[in-house]
Amino acid sequence: MKIAVCIKRVADSETRVKIGADGKSLDEAGVKFILNPYDEFAVEEALQRKEKAGAGEAVVIALGPPQAQETIRTALAMGADRGVLLQTDEVPADGLETAKVLAAELKDGGYDLILFGKMAIDDYNHQVGPMVAELLGLPCVTTVAHLEIAGDSGTAEREIEGGVEVVEFPLPAVLTIEKGLNEPRYPALKGIMAAKKKPLDVKPVTPGGGCGGGRGGGRVEVVARVPPPERKEGRIVGEGAAAVPELIRLLREEAKVL
Amino acid sequence: MAPKFQGVDFYDVDALLSEEERAVRDTVRAWVDDNVIPVIGEAYVAGHFPTQLVPGMAELGLFGANLPEEYGCAGLDNVAYGLIMQELERGDSGLRSFASVQGALVMYPIYTFGSEEQKKQWLPQMASGKVIGCFGLTEPDFGSNPSGMLTLARETKAGWVLNGAKMWITNGSTAHVAVVWAKTGAIDDPESIRGFLVPTNTKGFSAKDQKGKLSLRASDTSELVLQDVHVPTEALLPQSAGLKSPLLCLTQARYGIAWGAVGAAMACYDEAVSYAKNRLMFGKPIGGFQLQQARLAEMLTEITKAQLLCLQLGRLKDQGKATPQQVSLAKRNNVNMATEVARETRRLLGANGILAEYQAMRHLANLESVYTYEGTHDIHTLILGQEITGISAFG
Repeated sequence: MKIAVCIKRVADSETRVKIGADGKSLDEAGVKFILNPYDEFAVEEALQRKEKAGAGEAVVIALGPPQAQETIRTALAMGADRGVLLQTDEVPADGLETAKVLAAELKDGGYDLILFGKMAIDDYNHQVGPMVAELLGLPCVTTVAHLEIAGDSGTAEREIEGGVEVVEFPLPAVLTIEKGLNEPRYPALKGIMAAKKKPLDVKPVTPGGGCGGGRGGGRVEVVARVPPPERKEGRIVGEGAAAVPELIRLLREEAKVL
Repeated sequence: MAPKFQGVDFYDVDALLSEEERAVRDTVRAWVDDNVIPVIGEAYVAGHFPTQLVPGMAELGLFGANLPEEYGCAGLDNVAYGLIMQELERGDSGLRSFASVQGALVMYPIYTFGSEEQKKQWLPQMASGKVIGCFGLTEPDFGSNPSGMLTLARETKAGWVLNGAKMWITNGSTAHVAVVWAKTGAIDDPESIRGFLVPTNTKGFSAKDQKGKLSLRASDTSELVLQDVHVPTEALLPQSAGLKSPLLCLTQARYGIAWGAVGAAMACYDEAVSYAKNRLMFGKPIGGFQLQQARLAEMLTEITKAQLLCLQLGRLKDQGKATPQQVSLAKRNNVNMATEVARETRRLLGANGILAEYQAMRHLANLESVYTYEGTHDIHTLILGQEITGISAFG
């Protein structure tokens, strides 16, 4: 079974990020970058599928700056076989441009499965997986929470409002992975040492053909990034049961959550 | 869920680490966050070593991680190895002690003094955590002065017979194999000390848990008794020769302890900062008071110095240039530093600081043992004194 996993280098959500001087970029000083956590589930799934099949290849592909090699090596340390970095200085803000570059790389790869995390935790777009599927003319199942593969077809469960949706699809297919599908392994020390020796192709790319108004090409432009407003100080409306009526009134009239 | 530990790095020490070193550190850090932090407080109060964590540590490859891959180990450099110790002790000194003993005090002597057969027999099984080891050097009456040991090994037709007692043995009751140091010659001849690999199920070998510890409670500390323990000729570590052999092992372990202490200090500092920012008194966070700020500034300064000390020591060790005296300086400084940081954190936390729910007092109590084991603070002072003046102040 040949599986591709598309991964992204993102800022660690545990680090406190600062907006750059231009008001729209991220100030990268002191920020730790990690493998997008949803992509970890996708990598783990690829490894488990390959191990179960007893043969095949798990290839990780990322679009990103030179430093994304380190992100790829995290996946190689977990056990993926080889990596491809589609290198560009700027990751497009326009998901379609990212999808086009990935689709071009994936097109002739002969993959049975192409996996993505359901979204990247830096832009929350949920776009690139379905767009790649569309560009390649492949079926796409998003937010997969349970997966069975038998022969050349699969069954996936998606968690939807109030229940579970069961979807059947033929292979090859593009899946975007929900957290909880599996328990991603820690990169073991031997894996970390082995990752250095695994093949990692670096291919320079120019998303959007270098044109378009947006950062990194494409039609979407980030015009501003603004930190969330400071949380207002809480207030105590009373104590014990006597405070309940006032609390309910405020939740209803002020916070408007009831 | 508790926020993930972010480490302490005021001087961008990360930039001095290789990508692999950072990756190793991060993987152990995440594992400790997920597996150790949720259970360690309870294990400590209950007074037992969390044995359920051993397979996970083995799977990551933490045992004997700086030994070669041909024996099933990870083949890491000494800085990566140190970072593992740092992260484990960020969880608990007992956990780091377990890994130190397994790797530096049992696997290392087998690797250094063992025959090829011994290496092949024991090292892969120990790396995979299937075999646990302990190290028997200290005796009830001989701690700082191991040359006075009373344990004897006498050659027989079929091998050796060992008699004696060992005390303060980490992993003693858990171990499958003990590296036992014994005199093969006269009782006053430390040059006759040699190492033996003794399976703990050998007749005449017994281990007894040492009760009543108020420190390292999440660690197995035992007394070993060897009464006419017969072992075959192949039990001898053939390259071991004299007291310098166990001392070489201790230098390895002390190196890891110097790093581990930084981890314990980081855990406490992290807790102190978070508490100082959130605990309100007199209408503002206690971190807004000069006395607490002085505490925090002192902690950060000392941790940063200790970090850089470890890193340079590790680089020297990788170049084969680190001396035992340099290791003594690092162990002495860093453990004392960590003990002070833990104590100041305990105080900053006020009454909450005495609870097992917080980490500081657990680390403080642990570090009092670490201060004393693997060469007491005072003995390391004398080692440095001798190095400086050329005059021995021992005995």
